[in-house]
Amino acid sequence: MSDTSQAETVLTTQDGVPLKVSIARALRRQKIRALLLVAPLFLFILLSFVAPIADMLFRSVENDLVPSTLPKTVVALQVWDQHSGTLPPEEVFAALAADFKVATKEKTHTRVGSRLNYEKPGISSLFRKTGRRVGKFEDGNYTEQFLKADKKWGDVEVWQVIKRFSSPFTAGYFLAATDAERTEDGIQFKPDDERIYLFLFGRTMILSITITASCILLGYPIAFLLSSLPLRSSNMLMILVLLPFWTSLLVRTSAWKVLLQQQGVINDTLVWLGIVGDDSRLALINNQTGTIIAMTHILLPFMILPLFSVMKTISPTYMRAAKSMGASDWYSFWRVYFPQTIPGIGAGSILVFILSIGYYITPELVGGTSGIFISNRIAYHISYSLNWGLAAALGVILLAMVMVLYWMYDRIVGIDNVKLG
Amino acid sequence: MTLQRGASVVFDKVQKSYDGEVLVVKNLNLDIKKGEFLTMLGPSGSGKTTCLMMLAGFEPASHGEIYLNEKPINNVPPHKRGVGMVFQNYALFPHMTVAENLAFPLQVRKMSKSEQEEKVKRALEMVEMPQFGSRRPAQLSGGQQQRVAVARALVFDPDLILMDEPLGALDKQLREQMQYEIKHIHANLGVTVVYVTHDQTEALTMSDRVAVFNDGVIQQLSSPEELYEAPQNSFVAQFIGENNKLNGTVTAINGNICDVRLADGTMLKADRVNVGAVGDATTISLRPERIETVVNDAMENKITGHIEELIYLGDHIRVRMSVAGNPEFIVKVRNRAGEQKLARGQDIQISWFADDCKALDPVG
Repeated sequence: MSDTSQAETVLTTQDGVPLKVSIARALRRQKIRALLLVAPLFLFILLSFVAPIADMLFRSVENDLVPSTLPKTVVALQVWDQHSGTLPPEEVFAALAADFKVATKEKTHTRVGSRLNYEKPGISSLFRKTGRRVGKFEDGNYTEQFLKADKKWGDVEVWQVIKRFSSPFTAGYFLAATDAERTEDGIQFKPDDERIYLFLFGRTMILSITITASCILLGYPIAFLLSSLPLRSSNMLMILVLLPFWTSLLVRTSAWKVLLQQQGVINDTLVWLGIVGDDSRLALINNQTGTIIAMTHILLPFMILPLFSVMKTISPTYMRAAKSMGASDWYSFWRVYFPQTIPGIGAGSILVFILSIGYYITPELVGGTSGIFISNRIAYHISYSLNWGLAAALGVILLAMVMVLYWMYDRIVGIDNVKLG
Repeated sequence: MTLQRGASVVFDKVQKSYDGEVLVVKNLNLDIKKGEFLTMLGPSGSGKTTCLMMLAGFEPASHGEIYLNEKPINNVPPHKRGVGMVFQNYALFPHMTVAENLAFPLQVRKMSKSEQEEKVKRALEMVEMPQFGSRRPAQLSGGQQQRVAVARALVFDPDLILMDEPLGALDKQLREQMQYEIKHIHANLGVTVVYVTHDQTEALTMSDRVAVFNDGVIQQLSSPEELYEAPQNSFVAQFIGENNKLNGTVTAINGNICDVRLADGTMLKADRVNVGAVGDATTISLRPERIETVVNDAMENKITGHIEELIYLGDHIRVRMSVAGNPEFIVKVRNRAGEQKLARGQDIQISWFADDCKALDPVG
């Protein structure tokens, strides 16, 4: 019944083709053309942005070094109970010998050694030493031969580490990135004096919030002035606001180095004015103050522009209306003008905050040790310690934090309330 | 204490210039009585809105003094003048509900919550929108926003309300309806209203008196009827209603009537309103509906015209004719039984009373 009634309601064209089919056919060309137009950019983004980032993020859990270098050992270890406190059986040693023979030929065993050395110091040298001896191993009785090569093979903990890294995925990087470690008692935070990343995440957040707040405080009056001036003077002022964009980031940051250092322009001026003594010059750089000052300056346009574009749309008659109803200048501003600029503040804050939370160059140059961000640590692990897994884990956490904040912002303020113009 | 609510306003030799080079308002003297509905009418750039802004306090007068209830207010800031204002685009606060908008001037005055609610309710009832208090301005139609804006300007019981082209954004039908409503509110409350518009129909419908502005000067200040019937100069005649212009020279003056010779030699008799001496150039102004298309011997002026175009408008027919060399001469012929049939290309006799055509200052 329902089928027939539905069939009757389908609208058809004069030729009996269902109307929807006909419309889809008519629009197909347009759709294909639209797809073709975006295809180059889409592919470019996919290849140059999405794919590398996905690959990088995957490294935060990837752990195929042990399984790919010591495949037979990994399989053999499955039957061994790491909590038993005894050494693995002879089959495991046999498998390890076979794996080692292949690995030494390809010289990959040292890579495994240095990776596992992060977990248990000494494994690196153990692997190197064993690698040199394993070629002379005879068939059978491998346990004894390994122990003879290095007695550390008799340490159950070494085997526990290998077993722990036998899985192709690991939470180890994430644990390290959150200052936690896996001990025999389960997952625990490291001792206070060894914690670094949680503290850095916290500092990144607090400094980013401070920078965002100072951008609002400094940017709001400028944006207000820009939006209320006549066009010609506001254009002039706008050029001044945009000027930093046309100057290299490094130049701007270096300029701050000149200005802020202890023998720099600002300190010299303050001393000359007698505001601070010559012996108590302010430490304005290579600390958090330097990071805050320089980054506020660099990110200020990102606050001013959305604020300006929102303020531009607020008609001055609102203020006039408020005043005609008896509200003083300040009351009119606070009750009538300010609430209408909140979408601009929201948009500016999101921009500045998200940019600053991932900022790297400026804190690196002016932040010293107390003013660096988590991103500086990520950069360090990418380019110096080459611990890409840890860098990726830190990056994932940072990304997740931004997402959570964005989600919270959407819940509290509403993302529809954000106006970029 | 006067029984009548409303405030008196006096502009005393007020001048205004924005750049120190051009006077936007030139020596304005205007006396607005308590409870009066006064309209400032004029084309854009005539200085009418500037006058309103000076009265509201948003623009300082460059010279002269404005008095509100006999007190000079040049140095009183806008929020202390106690003047209600309705803006062209309503200026309802978009982030507040209708009720919050209406309560705003009451909150400023620190009224108690219950008093606020009471007054907001009454104001909404006055504009017949009692159920709209919780809406946002964006959820209202133009006409509804307009009503809320009027209610908001009235809710704190000001003695003087300023309206700056408040109906400009509404469609024709709604505009007419709102004109009557504003008129009724004014009649009921007895407040003084100063209304700015460039729409002459609006000015004629609503006002007690109309001040016609042009070029920073009041051209004529009089009741709507007088404005239409007895314009004092060509600008007012042209600006208010429709008019036919005939240029000529004064040849004789007999009391209130003067003889005028048009360019083609036609002689007319006209009401002498704004002409100097014999020999001066003048522009005769004549309403299209005062012209008869039949020969009427009681009428002093008779002339032949050539019909160029007929436009059928239902209640009347607009006839465009060439008269005395003017091809834009309009005659309105009432559409009723017994009127002669007119055809394009026909020559017909038209006539009118000398009193109905005004000899005014010459215009090109």
